[in-house]
Amino acid sequence: MSGILRIAFKLLVNDRGKFAALLVGITFAVLLMVMVTSMFAGVMRRASATVINTGSGIWVMDRAVNTVANNIPLPDYVLAAVRSIEGVKYAVPIFTGSALAKLPNGDYQAVSIIGLDDSSLTGRPELIEGHIEDIYADNAFIVVKDSEYQKLGSPHVGAEFEVNDHRGVIVGVGRVASAGLFGIPTLYTTYGRAVQDLPSTRFTMSYVLVEPKTPKDIASITSQVAALGYLALTKDQFIQRTSAFYKYQTGVGINIMLMTVISFIVGLSISGQTFYTFILENLDKFGALKAIGARSRELIAMILFQAAFTGLTGYGLGVGLCSLLIAAAKMRLPSYAATVTFFNLGVAFVMVLIITGVASYTGIRRVIHIEPFDVFRS
Amino acid sequence: MGVAIRANSVTKWFGQGPLRTLAVREVSFEARFGELLYIVGPSGSGKTTLLSILSGILRPDTGTVELEGHDIWSLDADSLAQLRLHKIGFVFQDYHLFPRLTTLENVAIPLILQRVPWQAALQQAASHLEIVGLRDRADLPPLKLSGGEQQRVAIARAVVSRPDLLILDEPTASLDGDTGRRIIEFVKTEVLNEHRCILIVTHDSRILEYSDRILHMEDGRVRQVEDHHAHG
Ligand SMILES: Nc1ncnc2c1ncn2[C@@H]1O[C@H](COP(=O)(O)OP(=O)(O)O)[C@@H](O)[C@H]1O
Ligand SMILES: [Mg+2]
Repeated sequence: MSGILRIAFKLLVNDRGKFAALLVGITFAVLLMVMVTSMFAGVMRRASATVINTGSGIWVMDRAVNTVANNIPLPDYVLAAVRSIEGVKYAVPIFTGSALAKLPNGDYQAVSIIGLDDSSLTGRPELIEGHIEDIYADNAFIVVKDSEYQKLGSPHVGAEFEVNDHRGVIVGVGRVASAGLFGIPTLYTTYGRAVQDLPSTRFTMSYVLVEPKTPKDIASITSQVAALGYLALTKDQFIQRTSAFYKYQTGVGINIMLMTVISFIVGLSISGQTFYTFILENLDKFGALKAIGARSRELIAMILFQAAFTGLTGYGLGVGLCSLLIAAAKMRLPSYAATVTFFNLGVAFVMVLIITGVASYTGIRRVIHIEPFDVFRS
Repeated sequence: MGVAIRANSVTKWFGQGPLRTLAVREVSFEARFGELLYIVGPSGSGKTTLLSILSGILRPDTGTVELEGHDIWSLDADSLAQLRLHKIGFVFQDYHLFPRLTTLENVAIPLILQRVPWQAALQQAASHLEIVGLRDRADLPPLKLSGGEQQRVAIARAVVSRPDLLILDEPTASLDGDTGRRIIEFVKTEVLNEHRCILIVTHDSRILEYSDRILHMEDGRVRQVEDHHAHG
């Protein structure tokens, strides 16, 4: 490190009170921004829970589908047509919908139903109780043990209830990667039974799940599905489409953005103000440096270095603190939804750059305009 | 001995319109190496303004300043900064020491600005602290020192880069009589040498006896150049 920057560093960190205030401002802003956007990312992950849990490579759907939860049933010929596309290893139907369960104590509970392709059971959950073959038994359902599990009375294998006035019996308890967004329990059954027992529209297939032979086939599959008049999305594209819907077509995105902007403004005002005071308090010293023979660009380098050092340290502290908080919250609340993504980290980083940029700009302007002559006049 | 600095009819105005004031009027004089020159005069007579012009900090409206024969005001801002850094030492009235740095680091600042490596700069600074008798205060922050000690730190910082011209503005204004006299005595015996010229601005009559020559200023004019020894 050059001696001039070393001096700048000492001027900054030796002023403990101000340095601490600067760090608190930036750390706090980063913490809030990452926290809010991570919660959003977590909620978005849940909105795509079915996509994540099913794990299929490609999803074929009606072109008007916005989110995985709001499917538009497909006619059966789509399945046959997709199966005949070159590069398709296999294609199976899946049913997703909701139903009303009546518990033994007489309470009603909305449930989410997933009907798996009868022959392959593509997208089945990992079982922690029971045997997967039992899903073919009469009235059989597999319940998912997630944060909503106890809303069905925490049933075990053998428990009975009614689903849309049909008898239902639990034959297995499963586990999935992501809980759903809507706070209702999930039941798995076969596609055949789902469309037979649950009232539905003329068409019954929610999606066609496609596995390509190789990843290279995805592009041609997508375009041939488009030629059929339908939409084929990879798993990641479908998750993005679902998130985009919540972000841009509901009030959620705007609120998250507002929160982020408010955190940013709070951080900017605390840190910017403190940094500016720091510069003001050292103004006569910077003037003395100028008189002694420091050039403007050296003073600018000092200020930029101070701002960058504070910004990066605050950023690191904020991100670290946020990760700790989220980890702690997840330990206590299993259904807590928050995911720190690189995108969130990037957004917070850009915000910190803006905060330090503004703070150093105001500081630099003052220092550039110091007349060293004034140093003689006190 | 050679001429260190020469002013040729230097003039400086401040302000505009009816508030326009003439701070320095057509001042010409020269100072030689090995000389301790005083600039004295009542408050507002233009001493500080003149000092700033001589040291390359404030541009005059007319006239020229030559340092060792070179016209300093023909230089661009960066070259002028380099000239101040290498040739001129400053002792400001309020010292302007950095409270968050140690005394040693404060003294090293001109060397660090000259890109002398950190350790070497601190070593040279330490030997200059030794000269002003404050070697044992090296690691303290300057505010822990007395006024006279801070003034000596400021002097050490001004001479650490071995300047040809040393400028002190009201160096005794905030010191008691004894301390002030001791500081000037120290400057005269330890800091002045035949390769150096020292300009001191003051209106402290207690220290006049140490001067080689006195420049009286009034209303921006140099009224007379008094050879102190001629009177003594
Ligand atoms: N930056 C300035 N703007 C306007 N007038 C100034 C400025 N600096 C000095 N002056 C005026 O110039 C004159 C000389 O000031 P100065 O050189 O500070 O005198 P001294 O140091 O002898 O007290 C005074 O009348 C003062 O008011
Ligand atoms: Mg003055």
